[in-house]
Amino acid sequence: MRKVSRWFQRNLIRIYAVVAFTYLLIPVAYTIAFSFNNGGKSNLIWKGFTLDNWMNPCGAPEVCTALGNSIKIGFLATLFSTILGTMIAFAIGRHKFRGRSTTNLLIFLPMATPEIVLGASLLSLFLTLKINPGFWPTVIAHVMFCISFVVVTVKARIASLDPRLEQAAMDLYANEVETFRRVTLPLVAPGIAGAALLAFSLSFDDFIITNFNSGTMTTFPKFVYVSAARGIPPQANVIGSSMFIIALVIVILGQVVGRKRAVK
Amino acid sequence: MLKQAWKSSQKRSSKTMSKSGISSPRTPYLLLLPGMGFLFTFFIWPIANLAQTSTQTPVAGGDTGSYEQTLRWKNYIDAFVENKEQFGRSFLYAALATIFALTIAYPLAYAIAFKAGKMKNVLLVLVVAPFFTSFLLRTIAWKQILGEQGFVVPFLRNLHIIAPSTTLTSSAFAVVAGMTYNFLPFMTLPLYASIDRIDPRTLEASGDLYANGFTTFRKVTLPLSMPGVVAGTLLTFIPAAGDYVNAAILGSPETKMIGNVIESRFFKIVDYPTAAALSFTLMATILILVTVYIRKAGTEELV
Repeated sequence: MRKVSRWFQRNLIRIYAVVAFTYLLIPVAYTIAFSFNNGGKSNLIWKGFTLDNWMNPCGAPEVCTALGNSIKIGFLATLFSTILGTMIAFAIGRHKFRGRSTTNLLIFLPMATPEIVLGASLLSLFLTLKINPGFWPTVIAHVMFCISFVVVTVKARIASLDPRLEQAAMDLYANEVETFRRVTLPLVAPGIAGAALLAFSLSFDDFIITNFNSGTMTTFPKFVYVSAARGIPPQANVIGSSMFIIALVIVILGQVVGRKRAVK
Repeated sequence: MLKQAWKSSQKRSSKTMSKSGISSPRTPYLLLLPGMGFLFTFFIWPIANLAQTSTQTPVAGGDTGSYEQTLRWKNYIDAFVENKEQFGRSFLYAALATIFALTIAYPLAYAIAFKAGKMKNVLLVLVVAPFFTSFLLRTIAWKQILGEQGFVVPFLRNLHIIAPSTTLTSSAFAVVAGMTYNFLPFMTLPLYASIDRIDPRTLEASGDLYANGFTTFRKVTLPLSMPGVVAGTLLTFIPAAGDYVNAAILGSPETKMIGNVIESRFFKIVDYPTAAALSFTLMATILILVTVYIRKAGTEELV
């Protein structure tokens, strides 16, 4: 009995971690399980196993249009926010200049502003300028809220670089451009890749800001939200599950590649 | 005159040559310009525009949705008085969700940082993994799991833990639980980052100086992980206070938050000034709370 309680004490935090992970992953498991449900359109009750939904992911009306929009917006937002954010990160991380603290504040503010305020304020600007909400306003909105996260992620990576590596390159007669291209950039690249992944997932999953600025265009989260009232078709679960699996594969591949590089 | 001009151009070119362009004093500004220009246009300007909208009044005899500037500051008072309940609820729910998330995430982050060994990276991926299934799908999954047709409610009823008439969804409990769940990764990651940085030898040293486990935690671990606690609570509290999705899916009319009000003012009632005044009040309140909190917690290096 004492042994048992001692084991329990020693492993308390591990047991806790297992419980916490179960809590985190239950809805994911539920979503994946119900992607195989033969439940028809509403997909509320388990009615039996089927692969039909996976064979026919565009089976529900609108779902693939919405997904396509989300992917397009995600790519554009990732591209622009990663470029703009990385430039800012290099300015802050590698240079001393006047107005640095103001810059930092301007980067921090969008993250400290609730999404609903960001979405509502952009929409009211678009309305004032007589710009109709839709595809491009949504892309602009996404770039805007992704930039700060890119800056923070890339900046952290730049800050963790050993400045002696760059000095060594200069000592070996590389000029600044070469040093940047062959030493600094490859070292910062994983940070930029991470930031891009983060930007894409933020953009892809965003609902509140998108809902304000997209007008009649649907995106995947909007599709889910709107169809929630009458029951979400299992195809939405198929797409959610696929995103989960794809992201997991990307992250694991990244880890493996990173480890191989480290071994080299 | 000509000579001077030639000399100065020589000087300039030699300067750019020696610095090879990349680190001239102008470089940081050139790097900042596009991004900052973007943020000024699509973040600062909209906020300023929102402030301007907030004091407008309807055009007499105009269409619905047409407003003119009359600098009616009373919009703020009206909007607040009319919705003070929803304001209070937003901050209460957000605070509760933040506390719950911190309670769940701290031991989890601690376990990943100190007890996971080789599993560390796998566990970190698992923390982020739910992110990739749309958060709306997950929130709706909770609704179905906790709903009448899910397995939790009948189970608890059979055990007489809850009364036959009690439901778990459409309640404040469900809204707070949903927010806690959705923002848990935002809490766990910064906590992990700062706990992982703690040198385990400092904990050993504390033990060598006869501190027990609890004292070590209170005097060593917790202070050293404070940056993570501050970042995590902010990343949870700020989006939670403005959230309306959890309240819309898991709540009832009695659990409406300020986000729900802003959303319906904007889209259903087309009352832009009130929506703007509410948004502005929400943002200002959050910024004040955040500033006070950062001062109190004593960490300046957030960004």
